[in-house]
Amino acid sequence: MKNKLQIDIPNELDGIGRLEPFQGAFTKLKKGWMEEETVPPPNKAKMPHASKMCANLKEAILKTKPYNGMTISFHHHLRGGDNLVYEAVKILADLGIKDITLAASSLTTAHDPILPYFKDGTITQVYASGVRGELGKAVAQGALEKPLVIHSHGGRVRSVHTGKIKIDLAILAASAADEEGNATGSHGPSAFGSMGYAAIDSWYARQVIVVTDNIVDYPCVPQSITQNYIDYVVKVDSIGDPSKIAGGTTRITRAPMDLQIARLAAQVIEKSGELKDGFSFQVGAGGASLAVAKYIRKIMKQRSIKGSFLLGGVTSYGVVMLNEGLFRSIFDVQSFDAAVSSSLLNNTYHIEIPAGLYANPFNCGCMTNKLDVVVLGALEIDTNFNVNVITGSEGYVRGASGGHSDTASGANLTVVVCPSFRGRIPIVKEKVHTVVTPGESIDVLVTERGICVNPARPELKANLEAGGIKVKDIKDLAVEVEKITGKAKPIETTDRIVGIVEYRDGTVIDVIRQVAE
Amino acid sequence: MKAKQNTFKRRTMLYIPGNNPAMLQQGSVYGADGILLDLEDAVALNQKDAARILVSHMMQYVSYEGCEVTVRVNHIDTPFGLEDLKQMVPLQPDALRLPKVETVDEIKRIIDVIEEIENEHQLQHDQMKVHVMIETALGVQNVFDIAGYSPRIDAISIGGQDLAADMQLVKANDGIGIDYARKQIVMAAKAHKIDVFDTVYVDVEDEDGLREEAEYIKKLGFTGKAIINPRQIEIVNEVFTPTEQEIRKAVKIVKAFERNKAEGIGVFAVDGKMVDAPVVQRAIRVLEMADIELESL
Amino acid sequence: MNLKVKAQAGSFESSDVLIMIEPVESGSGRIIELKSIVMQQFGDDLLAQIHADLDNFDVRDVRVIVNDKGALPPTVSARLETALKRSAQVQSGTLS
Repeated sequence: MKNKLQIDIPNELDGIGRLEPFQGAFTKLKKGWMEEETVPPPNKAKMPHASKMCANLKEAILKTKPYNGMTISFHHHLRGGDNLVYEAVKILADLGIKDITLAASSLTTAHDPILPYFKDGTITQVYASGVRGELGKAVAQGALEKPLVIHSHGGRVRSVHTGKIKIDLAILAASAADEEGNATGSHGPSAFGSMGYAAIDSWYARQVIVVTDNIVDYPCVPQSITQNYIDYVVKVDSIGDPSKIAGGTTRITRAPMDLQIARLAAQVIEKSGELKDGFSFQVGAGGASLAVAKYIRKIMKQRSIKGSFLLGGVTSYGVVMLNEGLFRSIFDVQSFDAAVSSSLLNNTYHIEIPAGLYANPFNCGCMTNKLDVVVLGALEIDTNFNVNVITGSEGYVRGASGGHSDTASGANLTVVVCPSFRGRIPIVKEKVHTVVTPGESIDVLVTERGICVNPARPELKANLEAGGIKVKDIKDLAVEVEKITGKAKPIETTDRIVGIVEYRDGTVIDVIRQVAE
Repeated sequence: MKAKQNTFKRRTMLYIPGNNPAMLQQGSVYGADGILLDLEDAVALNQKDAARILVSHMMQYVSYEGCEVTVRVNHIDTPFGLEDLKQMVPLQPDALRLPKVETVDEIKRIIDVIEEIENEHQLQHDQMKVHVMIETALGVQNVFDIAGYSPRIDAISIGGQDLAADMQLVKANDGIGIDYARKQIVMAAKAHKIDVFDTVYVDVEDEDGLREEAEYIKKLGFTGKAIINPRQIEIVNEVFTPTEQEIRKAVKIVKAFERNKAEGIGVFAVDGKMVDAPVVQRAIRVLEMADIELESL
Repeated sequence: MNLKVKAQAGSFESSDVLIMIEPVESGSGRIIELKSIVMQQFGDDLLAQIHADLDNFDVRDVRVIVNDKGALPPTVSARLETALKRSAQVQSGTLS
C-alpha cells in the first residue's frame, strides 16, 4: 500500500508486524481520542529497608534474570561519552543472552563498540531515534535480523506507553543517585543535565537499574528519577568519558556558510511576523541552526523583544539568553553542554521536563504544540519540502529523527536551514532518500542560494516579500543546484527493508532499504 | 567613450583566493556586493597557472548573479601579469583590478595591452571597467592623474598593507600612517566622480575594530571596503547602509524637493534646516543605498 | 598535446581534486585511476568528463590518477588542464 507521500509501505513486516501507513500529520491526532491503549506499568513491592545496592553492574543484571528475546533500554544523555550501553550489552553477551532488542533513545558514534553484537545475534533489533557511525552503516548493510525502527523523541514515549516497545530492563545512567535510586543528571563529576528521555523508561520498564559514578546521601535532590520505580542501584567507577559527558561549551559556528544561512534565517523569522513579545523558540545544536540564535538574540535586543520560553535540547547559548532576560524560561528535555547542567540545577526558570511533556503526540498537548518558531537542519530536502535527517548520501543511517517531526508539526513557523549542496552532493533535490518529516510541516527553507516558502503558506510568502526578502520557488532552486553539481545517481538499494521510519503518531512514513554493494 | 554605468552597490568587496575552489564556487552567496577573484597576493608563485585556469573555468560555470565580479591580476611587470591579462580580458569580468599602479605611463601601458587583447577578440572597450590600486607613496602622489587617464577607470582602491610597507611604517594597524593617503585618494576619486574603496581590515577576530574603521572611512568619503573574510561582510554592509532615521530624513528632503521644484523653488527648509541642491543629492544617494526607488516615493 | 614529464595539479582540500599526469608509451591508451568521495553519485560523470577533456586536448596515451574530494566540474577541468599543460611543459606565467 502507498502512504500519503506515495511511498510503498508493506502491510506487514517480519519482526514488527502490521504497519499502518502515514496518512498526514494530524489525520490520526485530530480524532482526539486514540484507539491504542496504554499498557499497564508493572506492579512491584519492596520490603522496608531492603537494600537495592548491587556490587557491580553484572550483579544487578543477573538479579533481573535476563533472558533471550528481552528488550533493554538506555537514554542518550551521556552524549558522546557514553560507555554504559557497551558495558551492559557486553555483560549480557557474555552471559550468552541472544536476540536482544535494543531500545535506546538514540545511538551515536560513541556506541560503535557494540557493533560485534549486531553481527553475532546478541542484538537482533534496534528501536532508536537515531543511529550513526559504524552501527548506522551496518544496519543499512543488513547486519540486523529484524528491521530497525526509527522513532521521534515524542514517538518513543508513545511507543513505550502503548506497548509497541515493551522494555524488560532499563539501565539508566545518572551523575548523582542515592541508595534507593532517586537520581539526577544535574550535578556530580559527570553532570550531564536533563534526564528528560529517561523518565518514561523508569515508569514502564519491568525492571530498572540506576547506574551512577556518584552515590550521594539519601535523598538525592532533585529527583529527576524517583525511587518508587527503581529496582537496583549500582555504583560504578565511571559511566563513561567525563570530558565528553560533562565537558565543553557549545560554541556558535565560525563557518561562513553556516553563519550566512543563519543570518538569512533570522531575517526570515523577523519578517514572518512571529518574532514578537511572548514568542517561544527552539533551535537545534547544529552549525547553522544554533547560529540562528545568535542573530535572533541581536534582533531581540535591538527591538526590546522579550520571549516566553525556549524548548528542547538546550545549549549554553540558550542559558545566556535566559540570563539576559530575553526569555522567561527554559524547558529542558536534553542538555547539550556542561554550562547547562548548573543552570538547570540553580535557576528556577530552567526546568527539566520529561520527553512526554516535550513532544508525545498521544496526550492532552505536549509543549512542542506551543512553539512559535523552530529552526531545524536537514540532510536532504525535496521539492515538496519533505525532509531527510536520517540517511546520508551513501544510503547509510547516519542521523537522528530526534524532535524534528515533533517540533515541525507543533510550531507556527518551522524553518529548515541547510546549504543547497555540500561538497558536490545536492541537498535540495527532487526526491530525498528517506522522508522523516513530511513537507506539510515545513513552512520555509533557508539556503545560501535562496529562500523557499511552502506553497501552502501564501501569507508567509507575502509577509517575507513585504519585508524585502526575495522568495524562490523550491523547484527552481533544485534545478539551479543540479546545474551546479550535476545530476547525482540515486543510491542503489536491494528490495530488503532493513528499517522503517515511524512518524510521531506511529504510522510509517518511509522505509529504509538495504544498500546494494 | 563612456564606460557602462555601474549598477552594483559597492559597500563590500570580498577577496577570494584564485586557487581555492571551495571559496570560488560559493563566492557570491555571502552577501558581499562584489567579489574580487584574486590572482595576485593570495596565490603562491608556483600556482599562478593553476589559479588562472581555475578562475577562468569557474567564471564560466558558476553564476555570480547579483555580485559584481572583479579579477585582481598580477602587475604587468611581474612574470605573471601579461598572461593574466591574456586569459582574463577575453572573459570580460565586470572589472579588472590592477595592483600597484604608480604612474600614468604605467596605466597607459596596461590599458593599451588590455585594449589590444580586446581588439584581438573583437570586444568593445566600454564594457569591462578598470580599478586602479594605489599601494605606494609614488602612486599616492600621482593618483589624480592615474585615475583620470581613462574613462574606463571607475574606481580607485587603496592597498594599505603594501603602502605601509612602502612607507616603511612599523605599525600599520592604527591607520595613522596611511591617513593622508586615504584622504588624498578619496579626493582624487571625488574629483573624477568615481568610486573609491578602502583597504582590508586584517584582524578578522576584531569585530569592534572593523566597525570603527568602517565608520571612519565612511566619514572620509569611501564608497566601500575590501573584505578578507565573509564574516566581515555583515558589519561593513551595516555601516554603509543608511539607518532608518537617515532614510526617513532623506525621504522628507526628496519629497519636499519635488514639491518645491514644481513651484520653481530651488532652496527651501526642512525641519528648520536649509536644503539646496547638494543636500538633495546626498539624500538621493542615501535612498539609493537603501534600495528605495525614487519613483516609489 | 605532447606530454613530457610527470606533473600534478590540485589538492586534497574539500571541493578540490588532485590530478596526476604520467606520460606513457604511444599506443598504450588512457589509464585512468579514479578515486572520489562521491564515486557512487558522480563516478560515471567524472570519468566521462575526464575522457571528454582529454579528447579536447588530443591526449590519447596517458596515465591519469584522480583523487577527488567532491570537486565541481569546472574544478575538475581546470585541474586536468593545469596538470596536462605542466606535463607538456607549455604552462606559462608561473614559477615552478
